[in-house]
Amino acid sequence: MTETPDLEKNPAVARIRAWQPNAIAGLLYFRGEITVLVPREHLRPLAGFLAGDKELAFTYLSDVTGVDRFPNEPRFELNYHLLSLSRRDTLRLRVSLPGDAPVIETVIPVWPTANWHEREIFDLFGIRFEGHPNLRRMLLPDDWEGYPLRKDYPTEGPR
Amino acid sequence: MIGKAIPFAKTIRRRVLANRRSASEATYAMTTVQTAIGPEKTMVLNMGPQHPSTHGVLRVLLELDGENVVKADVDIGYLHTGIEKTAEALTYSQAITITDRMDYLAPLSNNLAYCLAIEKLLDLEIPKRAQYIRVLLTELTRIGSHLVWLGTHAIDLGAMSVFLYCFREREELLKIFEMVSGQRMMTSYFRIGGLALEPPAGWTERVENVVRTFPSRIDEYEDLLTKNRIWMARTQGVGILNAQDAIALGVSGPSLRGSGVDYDVRKYFPYSSYDEFDFQVPVRTEGDCFARYMCRVAEMRESIKIVRQALDKIPPEGPIKADAPGIVAPQREKMKTEMEALIYHFKIYTEGFAPPPGEVYQRVESPRGELGCFVASDGSPKPYRMRMRTPSFVNLQALQKMVEGRLIADVIASIGTLDIVLGEIDR
Repeated sequence: MTETPDLEKNPAVARIRAWQPNAIAGLLYFRGEITVLVPREHLRPLAGFLAGDKELAFTYLSDVTGVDRFPNEPRFELNYHLLSLSRRDTLRLRVSLPGDAPVIETVIPVWPTANWHEREIFDLFGIRFEGHPNLRRMLLPDDWEGYPLRKDYPTEGPR
Repeated sequence: MIGKAIPFAKTIRRRVLANRRSASEATYAMTTVQTAIGPEKTMVLNMGPQHPSTHGVLRVLLELDGENVVKADVDIGYLHTGIEKTAEALTYSQAITITDRMDYLAPLSNNLAYCLAIEKLLDLEIPKRAQYIRVLLTELTRIGSHLVWLGTHAIDLGAMSVFLYCFREREELLKIFEMVSGQRMMTSYFRIGGLALEPPAGWTERVENVVRTFPSRIDEYEDLLTKNRIWMARTQGVGILNAQDAIALGVSGPSLRGSGVDYDVRKYFPYSSYDEFDFQVPVRTEGDCFARYMCRVAEMRESIKIVRQALDKIPPEGPIKADAPGIVAPQREKMKTEMEALIYHFKIYTEGFAPPPGEVYQRVESPRGELGCFVASDGSPKPYRMRMRTPSFVNLQALQKMVEGRLIADVIASIGTLDIVLGEIDR
């Protein structure tokens, strides 16, 4: 396994630090992938910065996905996988959300592709996205009860 | 006999009448839907979920003004089987089997994305021979998948014979998959740390045969379609998606490259030794259905080039599995002589193996675009969270942009050209 590089030298991390130091709550490095931990209220401005910045140009959002850490708190994690087509670079943003109020601002104005991703996360995790134009069930029927990808939702048997 | 036949005919007529009545009621109900423009101007048409050109169970709610599409609302979820949830209850090795069932036209690409993700999690290097065989088989998968796309897309637009040719050639590819893995479709051939089995003797001749004959077959399809005036009229200038919208909507694969963006995971983030292969990424700038068609056809030719190179590269002998006791199952022969191998075998198949805690995201270029596998491990033998970023799911979002303001017949061309597989959209 390779040594952990100096994460501060990563162009994305350095640019974010110069722009808004509070937007980085922590940095993780695992198997060559950098994860930036972002406080909830900074995600939307940071997304706008990363996509709009001429140098970084994270214009492509590959994926948004959730993880349920039940029964730990903060319970939910959202992972945003960003891609810069011009620099051929990737970055993961991670936001932690508390179990009692899983709400976050939508990133659709920055990356329209987030529309369906966020709807799917709402459908399967019950995380709400403020400002989402069409936040309703996507894969499951409208009258479905519960959020299947939560850890307290059983795989089989009566719900 | 005749006396019996008459009441039977009556029942049929009664049924037909009943159907007709319910159909007219349904039409009436649809036309009175209140819309943005007004109830008398537009009507809402339910396309699907059972419609041959939606390639599965996709439902598109079309708001129509005459033949023009005012608004298209995509409704998915009819094939949702909870694959991501199921994976959390399986061991890492068992979960390979359910990845086959997502994109059922390219099961090996799914296997590859998943296996590479777990290998990344384990920091496992697999032998070159296995890597080349993986490349060869995924490229054959790409051809097979594109053949199904071409055949069904052409039949949607009225070109019947292409479908028959495509399925004839695809049969050869499926026979190769069956020869290698024992299965035509749900292969589960790639395993964590390598391949399931040593490919049987004579399999390379089979592949060589395909490599030799296939380029002329592609010429045949192009003879039938590329300069065909009906084909051009149905696809050129239809379903236009510009590069900016395509990137913003996260479109990937040939659908993105048809809009002039050269993003191909094989070139941008090479995996499984793709950097050792010499191939081009076809790009067109028009962004219409014809451009995407040309991209995919050119891609099949490039895939043949890769397969040919892989055939030369694959060493005739060598390991096909990584040397990783406790993760990769030991050889059967060893189990008969070595106690340790027997213990590992037992442990792998009863409790599995536990990767270190952490998260990885592995992207591969599936026939449809960027297939990403996100795996979160908590240090237990089962994936804590397995997420598939499936290209069809994201690409389908672009449909609305492609069809609004166009004719209803273009909707069919646009769905076909996005090359969606509902299995991986709904998971």
